[in-house]
Amino acid sequence: MAFDAATIRQDFPILQQMRSATVPLTYLDNAASSQKPQSVIDTLNTYYRTQNANVHRGIHWLSEMATELYEGARVKLQKFVNAKTRREIIFTRGTTEAINLVAQTWGRANLKAGDVVLSTVMEHHANIVSWQIAAEQYGFTLHYVPLLYDGTLDQATYARLLREENVKLVALTHGSNTLGTINPVADMTQLAHAHGALVLVDAAQTAPHFKLDVQALDCDFLAFSGHKMLGPTGIGVLYGKRELLEAMPPFLGGGDMIATVTLEGSTWNQLPYKFEAGTPAIAQAIGLGAAVDYLNALDLPAANAHEHALFVELYERLSEIAGVRVLGAAPERGALAAFTMEGAHAHDIAQVLDQHGVAVRAGHHCTMPLHQHLGIAASVRASLYFYNTAADVDRFIQAVYAARKTLVS
Amino acid sequence: MDETFYRENILDHARHMRNKGLLSPCDFDHEEHNPLCGDHLHLTMRIDDNGIIREVGWDGSGCAISQASASMLGEELIGMSLEQARKLDKQFVLDLIGIPLTINRVKCATLSLKTLLVGLVSSEHWENIEDE
Ligand SMILES: Cc1ncc(COP(=O)(O)O)c(C=O)c1O
Repeated sequence: MAFDAATIRQDFPILQQMRSATVPLTYLDNAASSQKPQSVIDTLNTYYRTQNANVHRGIHWLSEMATELYEGARVKLQKFVNAKTRREIIFTRGTTEAINLVAQTWGRANLKAGDVVLSTVMEHHANIVSWQIAAEQYGFTLHYVPLLYDGTLDQATYARLLREENVKLVALTHGSNTLGTINPVADMTQLAHAHGALVLVDAAQTAPHFKLDVQALDCDFLAFSGHKMLGPTGIGVLYGKRELLEAMPPFLGGGDMIATVTLEGSTWNQLPYKFEAGTPAIAQAIGLGAAVDYLNALDLPAANAHEHALFVELYERLSEIAGVRVLGAAPERGALAAFTMEGAHAHDIAQVLDQHGVAVRAGHHCTMPLHQHLGIAASVRASLYFYNTAADVDRFIQAVYAARKTLVS
Repeated sequence: MDETFYRENILDHARHMRNKGLLSPCDFDHEEHNPLCGDHLHLTMRIDDNGIIREVGWDGSGCAISQASASMLGEELIGMSLEQARKLDKQFVLDLIGIPLTINRVKCATLSLKTLLVGLVSSEHWENIEDE
């Protein structure tokens, strides 16, 4: 069955809008945040209109309903990534908070001077800065796996670092948000485990596109954000292997995460609540559950094939434009292209694109070290999702030509 | 929710709790809390040389459901072998309570079983039972 993006688009009210009376909206900033289908919007609306209450506490109709829905969403997420139990699914604010949680709690219990955490040059700041902060607190050393010219990780150096350094954890992105590179996380995890190191996978860019399987990947932690995969903002997931989560101290202190509290001290609640202090993002979690329902109903391989075909066309036509340099040339990559244009700054390009109704990201995309490594200050990034169409790619390419005409004399 | 929620049997147990009061000395001694509401249960048991539970004594504080379930479970445990006790599941106490419970109330009803199984087996075993 052919994938019909034109029909799928009908599910996304925001995409029905025009940028102005004559200019359609071309949304190509999906790697930053995706749009939301009607079903997710309806779920949030219904929740606030008819189900809203705090969870886990009230013995009343609404609280029971909210609790059922919130915990039901957790089970949907568990199945979505194929975790063994729902207790391995911790709701967080997003990828960033999930990574900070691991750096702060697993780090506190396990890392000390002489230990090494391996990150990579292509990481989002979330997977670099969290570890820098923890390194200052706990005294371990942070090393980075370098890149090859095509924008893939230097696997030989990775293997050497694992062999020669006292690596305790590898903090690795599954998909680069700038180069598009998809890293071989299953193989890299196997190698890390062979050297006694754990692996945290940043799946912010892959969870929206692929069916992830934490048991097949065998990663120890995996983090992703709801808002990039059709869900609301303010909700994301930390998956962790149960025995690791059990052994970790809590992250934030407060309500819901305790078993008992006295003025002298406290004991911790079971998983996953130990890591969910305070009133959680209830509506958002339920909304993310609805987003997972939507993705499950989608023919994901067909959606991927559609996205990939659009990407190939976008990549080829963009690369043909004089002065344009597309970043990254990994053989396996996600549907996004960051680029620079000789003689034009990224922000100016994005501004002209916006006048043509094309939404892209301009800047360093939270990958400053990578941009430094590439010798550029900023880039423009176009990123696709399954609801994009060939018309979107056309409008984008025309707008880039227009930007060139305006900006490069 | 209708008035029949508090079935006569539950109220009877809640008003006239069986085996309340801790045993000392004893062969089994474990305490658990329900973090959602602060209900507390302390369970003690005397076990004979054949591994049969002979006496049960418990203490605790909480709602009618949690207290009644401790009272009911205590009665059932007397005469049971440890081997049987280890195999108890959530449905066993839910059947004792005998009324449909919503998600937050299930925690109340199973606090006594949780205390038994965490003490007898492990907290991981209990979490698996809870997730069934
Ligand atoms: C690879 C990667 N990691 C982490 C993040 C951070 O996600 P969030 O801002 O939702 O926490 C993003 C997105 O911004 C990302 O692309």
